[in-house]
Amino acid sequence: MTFTIPIENGDSVKNAEADSQRTLYPYVTGTSIVAIKYKDGVLMASDMGGSYGSTLRYKNIERMKAIGKHSLLGASGEISDFQEILRYLDELVLNDSMWDDGNSLGPKEVHNYLTRVMYNRRNKFNPLWNTLVLGGVKNGETYLGMVSMIGVSFEDNHVATGFGNHLARPILRDEWHADLSFEDGVKLLEKCMRVLLYRDRSAINKLQIAKITEEGVTVSQPYSLKTFWEFKAFNNPTAGAEGSW
Amino acid sequence: MTQSSVDVPAKGGFSFDLCKRNNMLIEKGLKAPSFLKTGTTIVGLIFKDGVILGADTRATEGPIVADKNCEKIHYMAPNIYCCGAGTAADTEAVTDMVSSQLRLHRYQTGRDSRVITALTLLKKHLFSYQGHVSAALVLGGVDITGPHLHTIYPHGSTDTLPFATMGSGSLAAMSVFEAKYKEGLTRDEGIKLVAEAICSGIFNDLGSGSNVDICVITKGNKEYLRNYMEPNPRTYVSSKGYSFTKKTEILRTKITPLMERVEITEVGEAMEE
Repeated sequence: MTFTIPIENGDSVKNAEADSQRTLYPYVTGTSIVAIKYKDGVLMASDMGGSYGSTLRYKNIERMKAIGKHSLLGASGEISDFQEILRYLDELVLNDSMWDDGNSLGPKEVHNYLTRVMYNRRNKFNPLWNTLVLGGVKNGETYLGMVSMIGVSFEDNHVATGFGNHLARPILRDEWHADLSFEDGVKLLEKCMRVLLYRDRSAINKLQIAKITEEGVTVSQPYSLKTFWEFKAFNNPTAGAEGSW
Repeated sequence: MTQSSVDVPAKGGFSFDLCKRNNMLIEKGLKAPSFLKTGTTIVGLIFKDGVILGADTRATEGPIVADKNCEKIHYMAPNIYCCGAGTAADTEAVTDMVSSQLRLHRYQTGRDSRVITALTLLKKHLFSYQGHVSAALVLGGVDITGPHLHTIYPHGSTDTLPFATMGSGSLAAMSVFEAKYKEGLTRDEGIKLVAEAICSGIFNDLGSGSNVDICVITKGNKEYLRNYMEPNPRTYVSSKGYSFTKKTEILRTKITPLMERVEITEVGEAMEE
């Protein structure tokens, strides 16, 4: 019997200094974002929590921001990297408006720019630790796309990041349809956010819903969802099974 | 007389003797063999008159589907069934073992088995193996004290819940339950919700797929609905079947039996019992 013996990859001590120059793990993180296309544009929902590991450190973080006139950016993952991306996009929008040519960056362009930035950072082994959701409307065309921290980018009728992928996407795949009204869209998003609130430990009951249409961006005031804990079975779960829990 | 020490393996429990050698081999670069897992969606829910269990039917071996239509709802007792996720051999063996233990117990006590008996037997076994028996189970049944639904994790902890999901598709199924579960569901509403949750796992999780199995247990009655739904039929089936192009000419036919027929004549008395 022969085995292949892997060759060891150098001294870990020598690499330590180089490691401090690049992102290895996230520190303050935001949890899922859920977004859907609807009749007039895009609806996006996120909660306002920033977790520091397993502590809920910040409870007032806005993880959705307007970019230029036509786009809305939501981010999950490292909050400081999100703030950095906002600075990059600020510069981009500023330079674009300095041309003063009557044209403004649409969601497709911003999405493409973000994809390039994320992919190039990943190639240098120094990623921006975020999953970004980019939605917008320009010239009547609705656009919704997503970029991950390794540069995977795509567009779809409904997207979700983090836990939302596992908990919200199944519901959206079943219940989303084209031309949802505003009320139906919000109800659908709230359904997803409620499941996330029950089952994601880093979610908090303080969420915002943002809407982007041809007219522009509106981010709602923070509000909380009604939850139901009164199942009779939860009152005395082991009534019939003494000795269990 | 020389004293010889013999290494007798410990009675019962896991023998960790080969672990050091396995670790050494893995360090040298040997890839451990993969085992058949049931990357799965299994669910259970309590409705007005009893318990409904549901499961998908795909068994995976790494990235390959090993069995397109396996049975994940295991019989424990006439009034108790158990869905299993994790390593297929572990779920099969552990449910079989506890099922026989329950039967012997029924003969001894003269009463129907209770769900907490099955629960305690399973959790004691799994805990003693410290999580190495990779079986995650959804145990449900109706006994003299009423309907019960429990989840059992590989390390031996248990939960008692009105609705439960396990396996790789558990989040997809749980999102359906959290959005749509109500108390006091009727039998048809319950079956519909369980089928919806399993379909959510089948279509959104790569480790689950193929068909939906359902088992409805009520007081004094059980219904095992194998392949209740088949949402993944074969798309294109050739109606012609197999047809060979050239007809071969038969020149000669000779049939030789492979085994001689043996005649047994009863001589003398029957065997001693």
